[in-house]
Amino acid sequence: MSDAMVVERRATITTADEERLRRQLSDTWYVPRGIIGWFSVADHKTIGRRYIITAFGFFIFAGVLAAMMRLQLAVPNNHFIGPDLYNQIFTVHGTMMMFLFAVPVMEAMGIYLVPLMVGTRNIAFPRLNAYSYYVYLFGGVMLVITMLMNTAPDVGWFSYVPLAGPDYTPGKRADFWAQLITFTEVAALAVSVELVTTILKTRAPGMSLNRMPLFVWAMLVTAFMVIFAMPAIVASSSFLLLDRLVGTHFYNPAEGGDSLLWQHLFWFFGHPEVYIIFVPALGMVSSIVSALTSRPIFGYSAMVLSLVATGFIGFGLWVHHMFATGLPALGLEYFTAASIVIAIPTGIQIFCWIASLWRGRPRFQTPLLFVLGFFAIFVLGGLSGVTLASVPFDLQAHDTYYVVAHFHYVLLGGAVFPLIGGIYFWFPKFTGRMMEDALGKWNFWLLFVGFNVTFFPMHILGLEGMPRRVYTYPDNMGWNTLNLVASAGALLLVFGGALFVYNVVRSYRWGVIASENPWGAETLEWSVSSPPPVYNFLHVPVVEGRCALWDRSADPPIVAGIRSDCREVLVTDVMDAEPVHKAAYPEPSLWPFACAVVTSAFFVGSIFTPWALPVSIIPLAMTLIGWFWPRKKESQRHDERVHAMQEARA
Amino acid sequence: MTGTRRTLDVAPLPTFAFGNRGLIWWGTVGFMVIEGSMFVIGLVVYFYLRLKVTDWPPSVPNPDLRYGTMNLTVVLASILPAAISKRAAEKFDLPRTRRWLVVLVLFGVAAVVLRAFEYTTLNCRWDDNAYGSIVWVLLSMHTIHVATDVVDSVILALLTFTHPVTGPRFVDLSENSLYWFFIVAWWIPIYVTIYFMPRWL
Repeated sequence: MSDAMVVERRATITTADEERLRRQLSDTWYVPRGIIGWFSVADHKTIGRRYIITAFGFFIFAGVLAAMMRLQLAVPNNHFIGPDLYNQIFTVHGTMMMFLFAVPVMEAMGIYLVPLMVGTRNIAFPRLNAYSYYVYLFGGVMLVITMLMNTAPDVGWFSYVPLAGPDYTPGKRADFWAQLITFTEVAALAVSVELVTTILKTRAPGMSLNRMPLFVWAMLVTAFMVIFAMPAIVASSSFLLLDRLVGTHFYNPAEGGDSLLWQHLFWFFGHPEVYIIFVPALGMVSSIVSALTSRPIFGYSAMVLSLVATGFIGFGLWVHHMFATGLPALGLEYFTAASIVIAIPTGIQIFCWIASLWRGRPRFQTPLLFVLGFFAIFVLGGLSGVTLASVPFDLQAHDTYYVVAHFHYVLLGGAVFPLIGGIYFWFPKFTGRMMEDALGKWNFWLLFVGFNVTFFPMHILGLEGMPRRVYTYPDNMGWNTLNLVASAGALLLVFGGALFVYNVVRSYRWGVIASENPWGAETLEWSVSSPPPVYNFLHVPVVEGRCALWDRSADPPIVAGIRSDCREVLVTDVMDAEPVHKAAYPEPSLWPFACAVVTSAFFVGSIFTPWALPVSIIPLAMTLIGWFWPRKKESQRHDERVHAMQEARA
Repeated sequence: MTGTRRTLDVAPLPTFAFGNRGLIWWGTVGFMVIEGSMFVIGLVVYFYLRLKVTDWPPSVPNPDLRYGTMNLTVVLASILPAAISKRAAEKFDLPRTRRWLVVLVLFGVAAVVLRAFEYTTLNCRWDDNAYGSIVWVLLSMHTIHVATDVVDSVILALLTFTHPVTGPRFVDLSENSLYWFFIVAWWIPIYVTIYFMPRWL
C-alpha cells in the first residue's frame, strides 16, 4: 500500500477477541426496534429489503391491471371494462411497471448487494438512502390511491402533450402522473449518488477497478445513467405541471411553446431508462452464470467495456421513439444507425456468457434457467428492436401491438427474467433460507411458456394492424384468435407469478437453511453469514484477485484498526482502492422520514396549488436542519477521535 | 483459540479528508452534476423555443440589465470570501473560516434581495408566452440554488458557534464553498442567456 501510514503486519487474534469484536460491532451498528425505530433505520440491508418488497408489491398490483386488460381483450366487443377505466388501467400499468417497479427494484438490489460486494459496512449517505425509500413509497401509494378513487392518470405512461395538457385533460389526472414522476426521480437520483460514492470510494482494499464484480460495474453504469438521464424528466414533468397549474406555455404552440419539446425531453430520459432497467439485469446474469458454472466470466474486459459503451450509446437513441413525428430525414438516419449499433455491445456480452457456459460446468438450477430464458426472450426482443430501428418499417408498426410485443420481450425478457433468477439466487443471502428448486423449475417453465404465449402473438397482431391502447375491437378484423391465445397465455403468467409468491413465502418460512455460500460463488457477499450480520463484515477483507473468494489465499489478509465503537468505515481511492482515511457514518434517525413526509406533502400539495411551495419551505428546512444537526454523542466521538489523532501525531 | 493473521492496519489513518479524497465531496459533486444537467436542459429548452418563433422576445420588451448585472457583480465578488473561507477551513483556521463565511452569507443575502428586484425588471410574466415561461423558470431555478445555499451557510456558521468544530466539520465548511462556486459559475451562462440573448438573437 502506498500510504505510509498503513502498515502490513501479523497480528494475534484470539477467539475471545473476535467474540468481543462481534458483540461491539452488533451494538454499534444496531438496527433500532419499535415503531420509532422502524422509521429510523439507516441500514442498507433493511432499506434494500423494504425497497424490494415494496417494488414487488407494485409489480403485483400492475400485473393484476395487466391481467384485467387481457381479460377485456380476450374477445371482441367486450364491455367488461369501459374505455375510461381502460385508459386509466393501461396508464397506471405502464407507469407503475416502469417507475415504481423496474427502476426501483434494480436500484434496490444494488442498495442491498453493492456494499456487501465491495466489502463495506453500509451504503454511503445512509440517511439519504432511508429518505429516498419513504419518498418512493409515498409516491407509489399516491398512485394506488388515485387508481382506487377512479382519478388515476389516463394519458399513457409517456403522457404526451397536447393530450396531457390543460386543454385536453382538465381535472387532476395528468397532474398526479407528473408528480408521481417527481417522487420517483428524487428517490432514484438520491440512490444513484449513494451508489456511485459507495462503489468509487468504499471498496475494500485490493479491489481495484479492474477487480470489481460485474454486477457492481453494472450498478455503477446504471447510477451514472440515472444521474444524466433523469434531470430531463424532472424538467419535462415540472414544465407540464407548471403549464397545467400556473399557465406557463412550454407545450402550447399558440403561445410559442412546442408539443414535440415534450417528446424530446421525455425520450432523452425515456430511452436511457430502458438501459437503466436492463443494465443491472446484465450484472445479475453475470453473477449467476459465474456462480453456477464455477468459472470466472469469459472476457471480463470486453464485458466491462460493453456495459460502459451501452451506457454511452443509450443516450443517442431517443429520437427512434419519434420516427413518426415528421422530423428531418437526415437526423432520423443517424438515430437508425445508433439504434443498430447498440446491438453490438449487447451481442458481445451474450457471446461472452455463452462462452462462459461452454467452458464451465453449468448446473441447471432455477437461477440459471431464468438466465437461459433471458437469452431466448431477449435476443428475440433485440431482433424486433433492430427491425423497428428502420424508419420505413417503424412508420408501419408505430403504435401497433408489434411495439407492445417488442418492448415486453425486451423488458420482461431483459430485466424481469434475470431479476427473478436473481431473487432465486440471492434469496438465501437475503433470508438465510434456500428457495425450493423444484417449485422454481415449475415457476420458470410457467413464466417462460406463459410469456411467449402471451406476447408472441402480439407481433402478428401488430403486423395485422391492431393498434395499441384500444379498449376493444370489432369482430371482423381477424384478430380474435390471437387475442384469445394471448389472454390464455396471461393466465399462465398469473399462475407463474402466484407460484413465485408462494415459493417465496413458503421458502421464507420452511426453506432449507442456507450456508454462507450455497452456490460456491466468488463475490464477497458470500463470505458472510446468510443473512449477513448488521455490520456486514467482522473484519473488512483485503481483496487478492478479481474473484474475491476463489482467488483468496490460504491466509487471507484482513483490515485492522477500524473502530468498532462508532460507525466507522474505511474510505479508499477510486482506482486502486488503497486506504485513504476513515469516516464515521451517522446513527439511525427519524429525521429523514420526517423530511420525506414534508417533501411528499409538498409534492401532493403542488398538484392543487402553487402555494404549496412557500407553505412547505419552513417545515422542509426544519426537518433538514434536524437531519444534519449533530447529536451530542456524535460530536463528542469526533472530538475524542481528533484529540486521539493529534496525540498520536505528536 | 489463538491464531495470527496478516493484517493491514489502518488505525493511524485520519478520520476525514478534503476534496475528492473524502466522501462529502462525492455527494456534493454528485448533486452538482444532477443540478448542472437540469441547468443545461433549461438552457437547451430556451434555445429550442427560440427556434419556434420569428421574434425574440415575442411581443414583450427586453429585460432591463440593471439588477441582473448588479447581481452578477455581487456573485462574482462573493467568490473571494468563499475562497478565503475554503482555504482557511482546509488549514483548520476557525476564526478566519467563520469570519469569511459570515461575509459570504452577507453576499448571499444581497444576491437574494437583488434577485427579488430582478423579477420586477424581466418585463414579462411567466404566463405571457413560452419565452416568459422559460425565462422565469431559469431565473427561479437559480434563485432556489442561491437561497438554499445561503440557508445552508447560515446553519453551518451557526454550528461553528454552538458545537465544537471537528475535522469533518472543516470538510463541510470547505465543500460548502465548492457548492457556492458551482452556483456562481452557473449564473454566468444563465445571466448571458436571460439578458443578452433577447438582444442578440
